Amino acid sequence: MHLKKQREWPQYVVIVGCGRLGSLLAGLLSEVGSSVVIIDVNESAFELLSAEFSGFRIVGDAVEIEVLRAAKTDKADCLLATTEEDNVNLMVAQVARKLFNVPKVLARVFDPRREKVYREFDIETVSPTNLMAQAFVTSIEKKQGDKSCV
Amino acid sequence: MRVIVAGAGKLLYYLARQFASKGYQITLVVSDAAEAQALCRRVKALVLHGDGSDPHVLEEAGARTADVVLALASKDQDNLAICQIAHKMFHVPRTVALVNDPQNEDVFHKLGVSVAFSATQIIARILEERAGFEDIASLMPLAGGRVTISEIALREDAPAADKTLRDLALPQGALVGGILRDGHVIVPRGDTSLRGGDRLIIISGPDCYDRVLRLITGEET
Repeated sequence: MHLKKQREWPQYVVIVGCGRLGSLLAGLLSEVGSSVVIIDVNESAFELLSAEFSGFRIVGDAVEIEVLRAAKTDKADCLLATTEEDNVNLMVAQVARKLFNVPKVLARVFDPRREKVYREFDIETVSPTNLMAQAFVTSIEKKQGDKSCV
Repeated sequence: MRVIVAGAGKLLYYLARQFASKGYQITLVVSDAAEAQALCRRVKALVLHGDGSDPHVLEEAGARTADVVLALASKDQDNLAICQIAHKMFHVPRTVALVNDPQNEDVFHKLGVSVAFSATQIIARILEERAGFEDIASLMPLAGGRVTISEIALREDAPAADKTLRDLALPQGALVGGILRDGHVIVPRGDTSLRGGDRLIIISGPDCYDRVLRLITGEET
């Protein structure tokens, strides 16, 4: 997967969580020239970062406001909350949006029921569960379509 | 009063017991199965095993009719989610959260939790406000520590004993709001005189608290 270089990408991005998703996004955004700061509680998580990653790493719990301050979240154009824990992502996203006024904030939320509540809080959410369900359903739909063509 | 308490640990257990003895209707939401089972046997409450920040679990716990939701989990993010979901989805009028990182107290207020309290902050304030004195029975910081209400026992030999409030000349930022004497509550005026054995309810700002204590108890701080 590659991002298109000619597009306009946010200049300064804070990514919370250096798992498979966080580390992938960090590499992709680095490649297109964004300045990236990535935060994770475990230092060993940074081993997942690709060679393309050219940003900064911060070891810490992003639920502590000091850690977000250290990442200069107030200057960020975009914050991506990608940890495995819904509640961490939702809290970090709200703090970034409401206290640091980050213009674009996205949170990964596994539980689709929780997603609904947080839409009301002006937080953009992405639910892997929903996306996956959609992908599955789309794929099944196509196959049945193919059959009817035969 | 209908109270839902979500979380874990001793604090949850003892609070649940206290609430039960006051006759509140309590539902406990506990994420650890073994703990939930133990609580069932020890507390007069409905105990649910589940994640308090899961909307279904909260609904099952009776969030729609609850007066208060109290979140006592060990992670701040969980407590925030519990309170926000209770408030937004189920319109629980009051939400109270334990905050572990003291800096999150302010964050929680800004994100809509009615009351956020931090054990770190409370203990630090008690130390700062010198509650080590045996004379001080209880102390309650309000408005983020800008006002303190304290109950002080007046000894027979205290400098304030047998003085009227007018003569005591407390500093501008302090007030004796009530006197407990022989089981009665007196709302004092300037000519009310204090007696040894009185318990004084003092309302004071933090800057003159030390001076007030010195005037009343005579102890050097």
